[in-house]
Amino acid sequence: MTAAVFFGCAFIAFGPAFALFIFTIARDPLRVIIFIAGAFFWLLSLLLSSLVWFIAMKASNAEDTKVQKGLLIFGVMFSVLIQEVFRFAYYRLLRKANEGLAAISDEETSPISVRQMAYVAGLGFGIISGAFSMINILSDSLGPGTVGIFGDSQYYFITSALMTLAITLLHTFWGVVFFEGCEKSRWWVIAVVVCLHLLVSGLSLLNPLYEGSLPPVYAVTVLMAVWAFFSSGGSLHNLSLLFTSKRSEVESS
Amino acid sequence: MGQESFKWFPLLVVSLFHTSVRCSSVEQKIYVELNSTVPCVRLLNATHQIGCQSSISGDTGVLHVLETEADLDWILSTGPHPPYMVVMEAAFFTRSTMVKMKNSSRVAGVAVIKSNTGPTEGFSPHTSCPNQNTGVYTEHYGPELANCNNTVWNPLGNGLSYEDFAFPIFSLKDDNQTQVIRKCYEDHNMRMNGSAPQYPLCAMQLFSHMHAVTDTVTCMRRTDLQNSFSINPEKLCDPLSDFNVWTSIRPLNNSIKGHKENESVVIAAARLDGRSFFWDIAPSAEGTVSSIVTLLAAAQALYPVALEAPPQRNIFFTFFQGEAFDYIGSSRMVYDMENSKFVIDLDNVHSLLEIGQIGLRNGQSLWMHSDPVSRKNTTVNKQVANLVANIKSVASSLNLSLNEPSATQALPPSSFQRFLRVRPVPGLVLADHQASFTNRYYESLYDTATYLNVTYPSDLSPEQQLEYETEAAKSLTQVATLVARSIYKQAGGEDRFLNNITADTKTVAKLLYGFLIMSNNSWFSSLLPPEALGRGSILESSPPQYYIGLRLDNTVKSVTRFVQFILANMTGTVTKLNQSQCQNPKDVPGESKDLYSYSWVSGPVSVNGTTDPYCVRSSVHLSKALSPAFELTDYGSREYSTWTESRWKTIRARIFLVASPQLEMMTLGVGVAVLLVSLVVTYFISSKAELLFSATREPPNTTY
Repeated sequence: MTAAVFFGCAFIAFGPAFALFIFTIARDPLRVIIFIAGAFFWLLSLLLSSLVWFIAMKASNAEDTKVQKGLLIFGVMFSVLIQEVFRFAYYRLLRKANEGLAAISDEETSPISVRQMAYVAGLGFGIISGAFSMINILSDSLGPGTVGIFGDSQYYFITSALMTLAITLLHTFWGVVFFEGCEKSRWWVIAVVVCLHLLVSGLSLLNPLYEGSLPPVYAVTVLMAVWAFFSSGGSLHNLSLLFTSKRSEVESS
Repeated sequence: MGQESFKWFPLLVVSLFHTSVRCSSVEQKIYVELNSTVPCVRLLNATHQIGCQSSISGDTGVLHVLETEADLDWILSTGPHPPYMVVMEAAFFTRSTMVKMKNSSRVAGVAVIKSNTGPTEGFSPHTSCPNQNTGVYTEHYGPELANCNNTVWNPLGNGLSYEDFAFPIFSLKDDNQTQVIRKCYEDHNMRMNGSAPQYPLCAMQLFSHMHAVTDTVTCMRRTDLQNSFSINPEKLCDPLSDFNVWTSIRPLNNSIKGHKENESVVIAAARLDGRSFFWDIAPSAEGTVSSIVTLLAAAQALYPVALEAPPQRNIFFTFFQGEAFDYIGSSRMVYDMENSKFVIDLDNVHSLLEIGQIGLRNGQSLWMHSDPVSRKNTTVNKQVANLVANIKSVASSLNLSLNEPSATQALPPSSFQRFLRVRPVPGLVLADHQASFTNRYYESLYDTATYLNVTYPSDLSPEQQLEYETEAAKSLTQVATLVARSIYKQAGGEDRFLNNITADTKTVAKLLYGFLIMSNNSWFSSLLPPEALGRGSILESSPPQYYIGLRLDNTVKSVTRFVQFILANMTGTVTKLNQSQCQNPKDVPGESKDLYSYSWVSGPVSVNGTTDPYCVRSSVHLSKALSPAFELTDYGSREYSTWTESRWKTIRARIFLVASPQLEMMTLGVGVAVLLVSLVVTYFISSKAELLFSATREPPNTTY
């Protein structure tokens, strides 16, 4: 029976990411490369932050719970900052690559726009971080047991999956907004992205209040979705255009 | 397999987040592993399999604590969440309950909480007629006595140990973890006014999958097949085996097998093993330890006198291993004697005295059992009567009440029966029961020190307990003196030396402590070789267990080692050999490895905490206790023991919560909905991407 939980959680956590990958990335080899490279950059950031974490844990006294709690908060914050540094590094790299691509292209512009790159790179970050936060939990969701013998919430698995979904989408949106900010040299945008990332990661410190952190995270996600929509060239006008065109299509058919 | 494929990933994460995972991995939030569990395992003989097993991935069921009859009804018929994993106090572990559960498909497994005191009416999971088919009485030999027709030896025996259960049964030690189980049950599974409890429910999973099935013949055939064809053969079962311990007053040349000229021995025998329903729980206090202790104390009492005034005949002490499983040890020794593979043969045997169960609570009398069938022969009868007279004359001076049961009564289950199967050896079995056993807990987990009345005042330290002379020790000392003097007299020793033979109460007390309370004591450790102590010590701070088990790499069971070294120290002499000479005395003049065995012994701990090891020369030897059936590769033997123990990989127990099917289905439903919605939405957006994200701020691509 617990296979149901496994598949349910897997679909929740990776369903949207899978759909995005299939319809927007998989068809274009250049996007796949940028996507994989984005995932790789995120992994590098993880490697670095886990190294620091490892050293900090070895150096500290494992018995002292206060120090451990402090270290955990420090670890989370440090990891977020490292991730954002790597996002910036990846942006710089893509800028350089974009010039190269434009040079060798038949046409004089690059075959991929910076906005598209921003989205693909963000999705790469999102999927790999989602995978790392979820797969461990997925393997335990196969059962036969479920969380709760120590009084934890029985909705642990589904909330974890929903959290992973939010993180995946958030990374995508952050990527779009972040790159836009870099492109336009609006440093406050980058600062807001980093702060929101810190906020969302900090919310996980509320655990084991798993359900508690979901609403604020989803609020941030919706906010970021809107912002990313507008910063990537969407507008209310386009939206209305979409619906009217749709209606006209319906009428014409 | 699905689970396997994900195993590498957590591993990767664990290696990255090594320390963070340590304290709160998801698995630790779900499962409580139960340590200190003992399973019931599968054993096989020529025709049957007995014991229990789980499926290969463990059996899971909703936990239910069996406390009343109503609970049993709930489990077996009315409860809405089958299958159930039943947790019960030992008091409920009866045949009727277990048979009901065995016949129900609603039971996933059973966990029995071990208790230290048994039910007052008695409990024995063994059969009522132990070793029924491998004793001496058959349709050809005393048919009226066969199959316990004449006396049912163990009337309390309910045969549970010999049932085959298709679900796992574990024994839990009563400690903090049973409290965790109870709490989990009370928090989640307790019925409220008879209505069914709500999800999430507390559940338990037991792993005890057994590799062998059907019977020894099948499993040995499969093992042999694997051995001959597979590159990486995997054994399915192993024969139960260990070692017998033997020694003699006058050393016998162990390198020359077969008949010894001018040698006539009186055998004094006891058994070394017992069993219970669960694997490796076998306290066997009255069943086995009483006789081991008595014979060891008798050997010690007898030895100095026998050196000073050697009796006419040799005296041969032997401890048989594996007797609970169709006389493995004695049948092997008799087989070896018949085939000239043992140091003596049956012609050398003058007579035999076996020590059976000796509880001796409240001054019961002792009984001398003999075989009525062989006594029909007048010469044998005369010899047996002579032996009886010898013992009686000794007993009269010792204030012990000693009797013979009626002349038509069969011999109780004993190693002596294996000798009688091949030859009418004159002999007696000394026991505390006239007819059926007085032991109410025969071969059960309640046959403990407490049952044997080996209890100590609460204010004693372990060291003081070791020395404390309990009432049980005092009465067993009397019996040991009786046995020692009787054997000496039977071996032709002169009467005037008899009064010099007295067993030492202190020794008996220390033996009882070591064999029943804690083997890790100063006395035992001073008698063992240094390598048996320290790391991987065979000494434990709990009572030794007497289940024979199996020997994977020719190691010797700890109990056998204890007996071997205690006997060596009691009957041996300290020599001046150093350690290397002791281990290899071949080159030292005057020493012989054929006659003697040499053991390098730790010695007592001195005041400053060091030990002074020395070399003991004795004639204590081990001989293999592996059933001849495996020697003859006759796995379907009806003559010899064919017991094997199945192999297994995991023995594990854990408790956790299970989610309601509704929640699981809801998770799946949400998942599928999210997947479908995101597929549709993404397809829609990506197809309209040009329109939506019309690059109003980006100049349109105008190059051609």
